[in-house]
Amino acid sequence: MMHFSHLRTMLCAAALAAVAVPAHAQLTIDMTKPSFEPVPIAIVDFAGDPMGGQIAEVIRNDLQNCGLFRSISPGSFIERNINANAAPRFPDWRSIGAQGLVVGQIAQVGGNIKVDFRLWDVVVGQQATGLSFTSQPNNWRRLGHIIADAIYKRVTGEEGYFDSRVAYVSETGSVSNRTKRIAIMDQDGANNRYITDGRTPAVTPRFSPTLQELVYMAFSDNNSPPKVYLQNVDSGRRELLGNFPGMSLSPRFSPDGSRVAMSLSKDGRTNLYEMDLRGQNLRRLTNSPAIDTSPSYSPDGTQIVFNSDRGGSQQLYVMGAGGGGDRRVSFGDGRYATPVWSPRGDYIAFTKITGGSFGIGVMRPDGSGERMLASGFLVEGPTWAPNGRVLMYFSQQPNSGGGAASLQQIDITGRFGRQVPTPTSASDPAWSPLIPQ
Amino acid sequence: MRTIKALTVMAAMAFLAACSSSQQAAVPASTTVTPGSVADFKQNVGDRVYFDTDLSGVRPDGRATLDKQATWLKQYTNYPITVEGKCDERGTREYNLALGERRANAVKQYLIAQGIPASRIQTISYGKERPEVLGSDEGAWARNRVGITVLQ
Repeated sequence: MMHFSHLRTMLCAAALAAVAVPAHAQLTIDMTKPSFEPVPIAIVDFAGDPMGGQIAEVIRNDLQNCGLFRSISPGSFIERNINANAAPRFPDWRSIGAQGLVVGQIAQVGGNIKVDFRLWDVVVGQQATGLSFTSQPNNWRRLGHIIADAIYKRVTGEEGYFDSRVAYVSETGSVSNRTKRIAIMDQDGANNRYITDGRTPAVTPRFSPTLQELVYMAFSDNNSPPKVYLQNVDSGRRELLGNFPGMSLSPRFSPDGSRVAMSLSKDGRTNLYEMDLRGQNLRRLTNSPAIDTSPSYSPDGTQIVFNSDRGGSQQLYVMGAGGGGDRRVSFGDGRYATPVWSPRGDYIAFTKITGGSFGIGVMRPDGSGERMLASGFLVEGPTWAPNGRVLMYFSQQPNSGGGAASLQQIDITGRFGRQVPTPTSASDPAWSPLIPQ
Repeated sequence: MRTIKALTVMAAMAFLAACSSSQQAAVPASTTVTPGSVADFKQNVGDRVYFDTDLSGVRPDGRATLDKQATWLKQYTNYPITVEGKCDERGTREYNLALGERRANAVKQYLIAQGIPASRIQTISYGKERPEVLGSDEGAWARNRVGITVLQ
């Protein structure tokens, strides 16, 4: 059984002195350019320990899967037994088409491992970046993700997102009586584990900013309405979030983790409320006879975007975080749902239903610049990577075909899509922030 | 749908009767149900009403069913009631949970207006989580936009 306690283990990073004289490097990607080729990059198995090959493989997968890099097959490498602390033979790497080269060295230091890595700009023959990390050996996957994040940041200028987790709903069994369990895994699908037992269906998980807690909605054993719960992912201890008559649903943490916004449904009305987690005080945010649901805070915590049918059809509205000042921001054809504010604040992602088709799109917070990124029979529920440049959502097959669901990833340009591997049918992804180091 | 269900029950009973007839020849195969039973409510009154896409207003055909339900429930007062609201798969999960609640509440309010005590009626929404009918065409979706009166 894996625990989150290792999140708090020592993880030290230090800059590695450059072997060659630093100069302006060429190894960059401008993600905003209308077209570009993925950067060919060679990642050598790290030397000094058998886990060096595993760490290199984590880095290769991360960089390959983000769409911006092409990992060159290690079988084609010419220079062997490369010294991680000396300049490589650049012509050997240029001749196999590499623009970037990653090398690393592992050393045992007490009970810890020390991992040094360097990213070489092969085109100009310079070190692009170099860092050293010290941590416990069982953190080797995380070290791989952290190094991949450092490479991503050095080449793109954007923060990485590989050292993060995804909560989702694992779905098994028949469409009409499906088991739905909350699960958590690393962003790349590793370390999958279950948070709820599946006795009653649980859906719509969301991470706290610390990753230590989840909120979600679950049905109960008796016939009473489903409710929102808060659960500690280490201890498994869960608590009912407020005891109201009727259903509570669509929870979301505030950016500072001190509050949870959610919908309460009663007598056919669904309105938004905010609960202060310390005092369990409940504050009403909307008061309409309509359905107001799916709240999501702006990253500075001052505004909330939500879904409402108060105007006759489902649309997106933005209001102040304390309620009030509501204004509609979606004006295109069709119905809009499940808005989520980017952690960078620059976009709101949403589900759009037009005619018989579902799509995933983004718009500016004022509703301008709408762009659709993906579509399908049923695509739903976008969630942002911590860097606000990649989205995950889920795609569901028709019920007539068994209703299997899968997690999908797409970058904000809409160019790089891939299915995220999960052990079972999966829906409702929720991407965590970067894991605190 | 109700007719089809009733026929299925009849066929099953006939099958059971046929299987057991060699040992229990004296028991006649019967399709009658006990008045006041759950089966009576489902077969002879109708336990569900359907809704239009994205709407939660009770339709005229639904009102006729709910009128019959109210009459029956006033005669047989021993059942607590849970109204289940459900939606088709053509909506988002969270919104459909709220829409299912609104549909269940529409049924509840109609029954209250016909004289059933509010204290007797609970509601629960399953959104699109537990479809009644498998299928991904308009016929299946129409059967999944439903409010079901369940007797406890």
